[in-house]
Amino acid sequence: MEEKSWSYAQHSKPFKYQEGNLTVTRGSAWSGPGCHLGCGVLLYTDENGKLVKVEGDPENPYNDGRLCVRCLNVNEVTNHKDRLLYPMKRDPKDRGKDKWERISWDEAYDIIVEKFNKIKDEFGAETILFTQGTGRDIAQWISRLAWSFGSPNYCYHLSGAACYLPRVAGMAVTTGGYWVADCSQQFIDRYDNPQYQVPETMFVWGNYPLTSNSDGFYGHWVIDLMKRGMKIVCIDPKVTWLAARAEEHLRVRPGTDAALALGMLNIIINEELYDKEFVEKWTHGFDQLKERVQEYPVEKVAEITWVPAEKIRNAAHILAKSKPATMQWGLAVDMTKESLPASQAIAALFYITGNADIPGGIIMPPELLPYSGGFGHDLLSPEQAEKRIGLKDYPIFQYGFQIAQPDAVQKALETDDPYKIHAGWFQTTNPIACVAAQPKRWAEAVKKLDFVVFVDIFMTPSIMEVADIVLPAATFPERDGLRVGDGVQRGEVINKVTQIGECKSDMQINLELGKRFNPAAWPWENVQAMFSDILKPTGFSFQELQEKAPAYMPFTYKRYEKGLFRPDGQPGFNTGTGKIELYSTFYEMVGLDPLPYFEEPSPGPGATPELLEEYPLVLTTGARIWSMFHSEHRQIERNRAFRPDPEIEVNPDTLKKLGIKDGDWVWVENERGRAKRRVKGTPVIDPRMCSCDHAWWRPEAGPENLYDVLDLNINNLVPWIPGKSGFGSNFKTMLCKLYKVKEGE
Amino acid sequence: MAKYGLLIDYNWCTGCHSCEVACQMELGLPVGQYGIKLTELGPWEYAPGKWQLTYVPIPTDQCTLCDKRVAMGKIPSCVQHCQAKCMQYGPLEELSKLLLDHPKQVLYSLD
Ligand code: SF4
Ligand code: SF4
Ligand code: SF4
Repeated sequence: MEEKSWSYAQHSKPFKYQEGNLTVTRGSAWSGPGCHLGCGVLLYTDENGKLVKVEGDPENPYNDGRLCVRCLNVNEVTNHKDRLLYPMKRDPKDRGKDKWERISWDEAYDIIVEKFNKIKDEFGAETILFTQGTGRDIAQWISRLAWSFGSPNYCYHLSGAACYLPRVAGMAVTTGGYWVADCSQQFIDRYDNPQYQVPETMFVWGNYPLTSNSDGFYGHWVIDLMKRGMKIVCIDPKVTWLAARAEEHLRVRPGTDAALALGMLNIIINEELYDKEFVEKWTHGFDQLKERVQEYPVEKVAEITWVPAEKIRNAAHILAKSKPATMQWGLAVDMTKESLPASQAIAALFYITGNADIPGGIIMPPELLPYSGGFGHDLLSPEQAEKRIGLKDYPIFQYGFQIAQPDAVQKALETDDPYKIHAGWFQTTNPIACVAAQPKRWAEAVKKLDFVVFVDIFMTPSIMEVADIVLPAATFPERDGLRVGDGVQRGEVINKVTQIGECKSDMQINLELGKRFNPAAWPWENVQAMFSDILKPTGFSFQELQEKAPAYMPFTYKRYEKGLFRPDGQPGFNTGTGKIELYSTFYEMVGLDPLPYFEEPSPGPGATPELLEEYPLVLTTGARIWSMFHSEHRQIERNRAFRPDPEIEVNPDTLKKLGIKDGDWVWVENERGRAKRRVKGTPVIDPRMCSCDHAWWRPEAGPENLYDVLDLNINNLVPWIPGKSGFGSNFKTMLCKLYKVKEGE
Repeated sequence: MAKYGLLIDYNWCTGCHSCEVACQMELGLPVGQYGIKLTELGPWEYAPGKWQLTYVPIPTDQCTLCDKRVAMGKIPSCVQHCQAKCMQYGPLEELSKLLLDHPKQVLYSLD
């Protein structure tokens, strides 16, 4: 047992205690609703078991008592009048109509089991998709459900899987793991830990961590560190609160981050500012990289990226001088078509400057359970595993990434190639409002299926448009859970404190259904037993962890020197060459360029200047909102009040030229489609571009109009075109035009 | 009796709105009413590359300084939940000394 090497945050009270008339339960948070960071929360319930209040847990080192807006009123989400309360079914011929009929859980399970098994017998288990959205801690359970049923097609219906996975995949194949900013999150005593060092500079790259929630990174750690003297460099097209306080702010043109990174590499390599000893000893392919970056002289890069050359030089010099330097990056890197070479170039900056696995640099987070690899892949027979959609075109998906390639899935749905899909299980995802590019195409394709099941906490436009059965899911205060997720993992639990209607947790639904399909694969009596089984290597049960959580895994730096990164115990990294591969032998093997490169986003000012006359503005999408998580929270009055309407930020000079005023409703349009937005004129946006929030629908607009989703969804403009590797897609870099919405439109 | 207030180190206020909602939930306020309300200064560019973009929260008449929480030994909800940890609660006399420490702070006397 390794238990002794774990450490625990001290608590002054048991995990459940009384405060006045209220019962307080300690635990962590996990969408839905909120996000996937797992902040420490105290859930307050009254004598009737109703959730009445939520506070941050001041004894949890992760968030240190703080909460963002989204968790502060979770009780208003959990207790909302519009929650789905029981299973419902609808005749497939009524898809799109509000003609639901209440059924029991047993009836729902019976129908699902009968239909799925029939399809499996007739056409094969692979013809059923098991799909999830971002965020909810269900990857383990839904992947096990798919694999134990026999389907290799566990997926995430986002073109290019362009959220987090491209960066993780890219780092995994080139370094044997992935890297996150070291903000001391692996230590209970955090910034005070004697091993820890405050970074001299953090590069905040393609991410606004204060509102967004990627990589297990609590955004306001940036503020904690700035207070402790850390400087920041922001790579962001927009002037933000953080950018306004940065040492250097590079206002990069959306989609050109790879060029910027290659330009910085050019400076650092040619001026010999890199860590020679580290490069010599621990990296592979430096000379080839050196040759490649010669194609990116800083003047040329300045032209591509809109960033003045002296600013690029300055940023490169800051990076080279900062000991240590760290990086917090985000979706802007994933949401460009050639995201793998982009992340390869950006990460290389931090490897060659000697910042890998040192205090205050970038670290490989310890893992309790692989987050993206899924759980129980061995349950799938090799013949079935081979049928995974997209494997032939995108061999990189073989490497630790067990999802079906999303664009290939979309193609299979539309064209029956490589085979016809017959049914879909969509758990906690709202594709028509959020992940799906060209949402109308998604809906048309899914409507071809014989049978569609959705699991969610509210009725959504996706369910209304395509589902035959809907199962009501629990919000996090209604369920037990194990906090396993991205970034540095800790032994953390989610604790059930209340019950709404007949809602069940995602894991319970997966367990109960899994038992019916393949009992041997689901030997556990209940979810707690399932969690305890997973926790075995830690030496404690779920019930014990409820008392002790959060539990921290042992951690040391420079693990590559100690043989801790490789299964064979040899020093180095877990790659073919045993080194960090600046030149990727894996990319080479699967027919990809082994070195980082930049490809102009197309359409775009660089690739298709002839289109600028019709579509003069660069469009970026997906700007985060303080009070909302993706397509969540639109029906919660308090959260919606912060952003009543979908927005597009445009520079006032651009607006003047277009004859549009601040507050006007406009159509944002490109060759694929258009979406409605309310204009916000603001000088923080470059006049050559505009920026949109995403995932909009209006619950108040009513079901039969699909809650206006097809008018509002900015993804009407987004293509289904992944990068060469199968990872990455152009959500954050397109061209568009704006014009006023006419009366009555 | 010492008088109490809130010291806001608005140099670090990121405009996250947590104080607003923490307070609304603590006091049971409807949407649209606040015990503390964020104000935004900017954004405008006053010199090349220099931006005015600052947030300052202002307590309203409805702020009770979280008397009930404080009586239980807790700190005010806005102070606890402030994501930038830029708010402090305490006796005005002590807080006022901290004003000398560095610029961009405001002290609200609320008692
Ligand atoms: S970041 Fe916000 S929504 Fe996410 S877990 Fe923390 S408090 Fe909740
Ligand atoms: S002290 Fe309490 S009542 Fe006053 S603003 Fe803060 S949370 Fe609201
Ligand atoms: S909670 Fe703190 S950082 Fe957030 S808006 Fe209020 S004062 Fe500013």
